Amino acid sequence: MINKNLVIIGGGPAGLAAAKSAYDAGERDIVILERQSELGGILNQCIHNGFGLHTFKEELTGPEYAARYIVEVQKRGIECKLDTTVLSISNSKVVTAVNETDGLIKYQAKAVIVACGCRERPRGGINVAGSRCAGIFSAGTAQKLINIDGYMPGKEVVILGSGDIGLIMARRMTFEGAKVKAVVELMPYSSGLNRNIVQCLKDFDIPLLFSHTVVDIKGEGRVSGVVIAQVDERLNPIMSTAQEIKCDTLLLSIGLVPEKELAEKAGVKVSPVTGGAVVDESMMTSVEGIFECGNVLHVHDLVDFVSKESEDAGASAARYIREGIRPDGKVSIEGADGVRYVVPHYLSKSANLDKLQLKMRVANVFKNKRLVAEIDGEEVLSKKKQIVTPGEMESIVLTGEQIKRIQRGDKLTLRLKD
Amino acid sequence: MKDIIIIGGGIIGCAVARELCRYQASVKLLERGGDVSLGTTKANSGIVHAGFDAKPNTMKAKFNLLGNAMFDDLAKQLDFPFKRNGALVLCFDKDEMDGLKDLYDRGVANGVEGLELLDGEKVRQLEPHISEKVAGALYAKTSGIVSPYEMCFAYAENAAVNGCEFLFNKEVCDISKDKDKWRVKSKDGCEYFADVVINCAGVHADDINNIVCKEKIKIVARKGEYMLYDKSCGSLASRTIFQMPTKMGKGILVAPTTHGNLITGPTANDVDDKEGLFTTYDGLGEVYTKSLVSVPSLNKRLVITQFSGLRAHSESGDFIIGESCQKGFYNVAGIESPGLTSAPAIGVHVAEEVADILSLIKKDSFEETRKGIPHFATMTDEEREALIKTNPLYGKVICKCEVVTEGEIVDSINRPVGAKDVDGVKLRTRAGMGKCQSGFCMEKVMEILARERGIAFDEVQKCDGGKIVFGKAKGGK
Repeated sequence: MINKNLVIIGGGPAGLAAAKSAYDAGERDIVILERQSELGGILNQCIHNGFGLHTFKEELTGPEYAARYIVEVQKRGIECKLDTTVLSISNSKVVTAVNETDGLIKYQAKAVIVACGCRERPRGGINVAGSRCAGIFSAGTAQKLINIDGYMPGKEVVILGSGDIGLIMARRMTFEGAKVKAVVELMPYSSGLNRNIVQCLKDFDIPLLFSHTVVDIKGEGRVSGVVIAQVDERLNPIMSTAQEIKCDTLLLSIGLVPEKELAEKAGVKVSPVTGGAVVDESMMTSVEGIFECGNVLHVHDLVDFVSKESEDAGASAARYIREGIRPDGKVSIEGADGVRYVVPHYLSKSANLDKLQLKMRVANVFKNKRLVAEIDGEEVLSKKKQIVTPGEMESIVLTGEQIKRIQRGDKLTLRLKD
Repeated sequence: MKDIIIIGGGIIGCAVARELCRYQASVKLLERGGDVSLGTTKANSGIVHAGFDAKPNTMKAKFNLLGNAMFDDLAKQLDFPFKRNGALVLCFDKDEMDGLKDLYDRGVANGVEGLELLDGEKVRQLEPHISEKVAGALYAKTSGIVSPYEMCFAYAENAAVNGCEFLFNKEVCDISKDKDKWRVKSKDGCEYFADVVINCAGVHADDINNIVCKEKIKIVARKGEYMLYDKSCGSLASRTIFQMPTKMGKGILVAPTTHGNLITGPTANDVDDKEGLFTTYDGLGEVYTKSLVSVPSLNKRLVITQFSGLRAHSESGDFIIGESCQKGFYNVAGIESPGLTSAPAIGVHVAEEVADILSLIKKDSFEETRKGIPHFATMTDEEREALIKTNPLYGKVICKCEVVTEGEIVDSINRPVGAKDVDGVKLRTRAGMGKCQSGFCMEKVMEILARERGIAFDEVQKCDGGKIVFGKAKGGK
């Protein structure tokens, strides 16, 4: 057993930012455990640009953005164990990991930051019928095949789901000479960023079909076509509208799911809405000393937001290691009337903060609404919104004074009002 | 030395092969696909039936009972996942309780032990997630679950170690008599000669039989669609939950798998297409709707994959096992449920009969046991430490959802009758069978396959004919 103050699980953008800021908050005894051979996480395969506008005020590619943080982590001499997979975390913060050179490694940590990201929802989750032949990939897998391995996963492509990775891959495959025949979206709106719809589809005349889904996949060894159909208001396919599109590849971009399992097995309480942990303003989960940040906590739109959240988690973990004892007494923070969830889920009554960012997602597209924060029914903050969509994370920042007001109450509710 | 050819590398062909290898004979198995276990064996419920369902005095009843009793020893000997978890046949209507009693009586007539009729209250005590509407159930304690493809791989590997030659991509297109021998031709132009040909060709057993025999048989492909749930649903049923059987089969079941997932299905639709392993919108809908009747809390969003299989249904209603009207041509056909359960007994029976036909004598030595691929995910930490010391590749996790290491994948490729493609690795090791369904690990498995088999990355396939990538991207390395 190795004693370690802070074990960070995951060397992607969340883990790197958390490590850097924990170090800067005074913590020196840190290890990052990363299952891949390189730091950077999923950013390494995101070779398109558009990263870093918030953090660095410039447009970077994924690997460039990751490199900025990798350099910072290396400069600080923070230990990183690569090719190392975490097998379990116990509720007493014993982290068991494995790699080829050390075999099994056990750390007794004072604090653990879970920053292991999310995975793509597979075909099973939406029960697409048809063949189980080759040529059906999640968009991220196709991205890795092209950008990391340098191989083409298809020539004629249909994409199901208009999540950001699907949109990015529509453009990427077009650049590589493939024909993207359609992007098919179940909902009447996209879950991706508007800028990606413009830059990845519209600029390349790739049709985006809302309120459609794939009802059948054809093909024996390899995909030979997909059958798509329009859906009704209850999202059930209207079979009379079914039409086959010939293609050799179906990419799925049907949602991202936090990799909650490691933390959940440690006893961490999980939100059924986000799929990630329930946390307080310090990003601490229901298990004392275990923190979560980044896409394992809730799926973000922009890596810049992941970095910011993870820096907060890193600093909080360092403070927790130094000061111990989590504060008691909590104000619960909830979404209502169109607000699906809010992170964090709790605010500690004794936390001494000069500001706090609340991040949230809405359940549908809404126009001309006010985003309102209410403490025990009393409005403390209101922000006008011309349009809110499920694809773009919303946030509001509370001032120190507002926080103090809220800490005197019991329940903070975020809702959309006319 | 007498020559024996087995046609078909499913559970039946492989079980027969293994049992025949006990005798002094040259045994070849011809399989039209690129691996064993590609047909019905790969896609069924994985249930070891107690034996109350088959009609008394049928071959189904006989081999079901004999086979069921063999599983405990066989699973240890050949090291494949098996658990005797018990089964419940639910009855939702007090008026149908007579039907349950009939099943009970039939079971007793078949010689099934440990049958019990339970009231609804007792059923819910045993299975808390079961519907409130259940009025009663037949409880069969000897029912079990098995991983059918792993059982098939175990049989095949053990047969190979004991001398059976496995020949893949050999689709038999003609069988004729050449003097004393059978001449078996495959589509790729090869010819093989045998004293006895054993037809274990599953849904195609009629095609094979009808080449040779005047007495034609007809095998109908009866499609069954399934939905497989994430392991977080594995505890919704600890026993196999059946509904009352109909003339089309045993109905939609809900059962745990040997690996802790939850399986629901199958539908039962007779289809003309004997190759069509696709699922259908309606079929999956039916599976879900009917499974909710037994376990109302099933959540469709937690399904990780769907699949379908084709049962080889004989119009006679019973197994067709025995030497045909042509001497030396032996049929093992129409092996639908309880075929998997019966496989061990059928294997022994067919081997004995063929040995008798050819007056074979037993070999001096036969390797009874087979050791499976180490299963890192379920080991203790001490076992893991020890395993990594034997080979560091067991310390490299490739599939993180199912915790499958590179060592296991390399083993699956290099052992006898090893994996040749991504699906072969998946079925042998579970790499890609978890929550992300190979999203993270497929490309790593491809790299390992390419390296171990000495082929290019873009030659690696998902399955037969299942090309994964089309050459290099413009900016590729």
